Amino acid sequence: MKNPYKLEILHSTKIFKKNGKEFVALKDTTLQIPEGRFISIIGPSGCGKSTLFNIIAGLTKPTYGQVLLDGQDIMGKTGHVGYMLQKDLLLPWRTILENIVLGLEVKGGKRKDNIAKAMPLINKYGLKGFENHYPNELSGGMRQRAALLRTVLYDSEIILLDEPFGALDAQTRLMMQNWLLQIWADLKKTILFVTHDIDEAIYLSDDIYVLSPRPGRLKTKITVDLPRPRTAETMSSTSYVELKQLLLALLKDEDNPEDNRQRII
Amino acid sequence: MKNPAEITVKKPIFNSPTNEIENSIQIEDEEVLEKRQRKQTIIGQISIGILFVLLWEILTRLGILDSYYWSKPSTILKTGWISLTEGNLFIDMLYTSGATILGFILGTIVGALLGLSFWWSPLYSRISEPYLIAFNAVPKLALAPVLVILLGIGFSSKVVLAFLMVVIVTAIAAYSGVKSIDPDLEKLLFSLGAKKIQVFTKVVVPSAMPWIVNSLKINISLALAGAIVGEFISSRYGVGRMILYAGQIMDTNLVWVGVVALSVLSTTMYFATIYLEKILTKGIKSK
Repeated sequence: MKNPYKLEILHSTKIFKKNGKEFVALKDTTLQIPEGRFISIIGPSGCGKSTLFNIIAGLTKPTYGQVLLDGQDIMGKTGHVGYMLQKDLLLPWRTILENIVLGLEVKGGKRKDNIAKAMPLINKYGLKGFENHYPNELSGGMRQRAALLRTVLYDSEIILLDEPFGALDAQTRLMMQNWLLQIWADLKKTILFVTHDIDEAIYLSDDIYVLSPRPGRLKTKITVDLPRPRTAETMSSTSYVELKQLLLALLKDEDNPEDNRQRII
Repeated sequence: MKNPAEITVKKPIFNSPTNEIENSIQIEDEEVLEKRQRKQTIIGQISIGILFVLLWEILTRLGILDSYYWSKPSTILKTGWISLTEGNLFIDMLYTSGATILGFILGTIVGALLGLSFWWSPLYSRISEPYLIAFNAVPKLALAPVLVILLGIGFSSKVVLAFLMVVIVTAIAAYSGVKSIDPDLEKLLFSLGAKKIQVFTKVVVPSAMPWIVNSLKINISLALAGAIVGEFISSRYGVGRMILYAGQIMDTNLVWVGVVALSVLSTTMYFATIYLEKILTKGIKSK
């Protein structure tokens, strides 16, 4: 029987101990994600988003639970998913091209082959002519593109994006969202996308997972049935507005996250 | 060479007295301004140097400064030339710079490796840190007599002293560089499946490089001080030994020759270090 899910996080719990007190960062969370879906994860700070991503990326192991990729256990194993953070984390002493091939380099590919793989992506996805520039010569949006291409080029079928557009201005962000959807449609990756922005989540996603804090856990999953490709009109349709109201109501239930964060620390 | 061309193009416009309006409009050309400033700077620097030497010469000739203590530039030049052609000055300079450079290179490499190695294990770095600080606090020059007893009056005792002056400073600089690395950068590399050695070569070393490079200019002077003190204690060659010897026989002219020779060495090595910095930071751009 073929496994219907690309990525499964099963009943995962992560407990940290801090100052002698146990702190549940993620509680009994289960996500089952079919191949090629665009998933957004939304929730206030302290809801365990980063812990969840670290678990999927293999950077930390869940205290209990399982992580499966195509039915195979990848718990605590790195190198199976592409991971990108809000900071572009481009190495300042490397050119854009050298940054983009970093993942392949780590895997041990030949420099020539790596470049041959990277150049078509660079040319197609808006970095043409910038490959020999250094990151500090590029705008924030362009740097995020480079960081994302580095993630995409790594050739993992799953991409984790942790608020990748959080630091960009509204206009650039919209441009980057469309750019990301283009890449997603072209390359058929499975994307997990963390965001604070409800509009961004609805605009991009097939499914939205709403997490809730203290302890971080899965609150609900909402499927976004808006047709693709989505445009500016989509954002004013009735079903869009209804979804937005629903999400706002779900997130409003939570306490003020900043207060609680103080309490934990 | 676009420099002369630019000036010849600009000058007629600025200085043309026939057209007053044109004369009052001045387009600010940063390049030309910068070049002018650089030229003025160099002229100023050179003339102050000449003025200083002239003043020294005149004051000692007039007897306002006692030339027994202060010597005078012309005598220093003469004595220096004689030492260079007939004496051992050239060999002494080679000896001192050799010990300095060798100690500098060894100290920088060993210190950098030591500092970088602290990235490898937090436990190891925490255990070592107080010793690093303690050893940094030891006045290394005070160890010179022990080193001479230990290693003899030859070349090696000077190299080791220069090395000791440099090694801990570099280690601390490299360690500071290691501590300043963005942990998210390491996380990124690990998430890509990188091994520890790959994170080390691709992130840690380049990140710490500016810190290490920044310590080079201080290091070269420290190494020189180490080598000179080593020669002061006991040596057969070196500018430090020459100065000590000249002082003992009350030959102030020769002392001044030594001081000038050391200044020349120090300046040359300083500029060589700046050149080295440029090579080492090639491609490492600041954030």
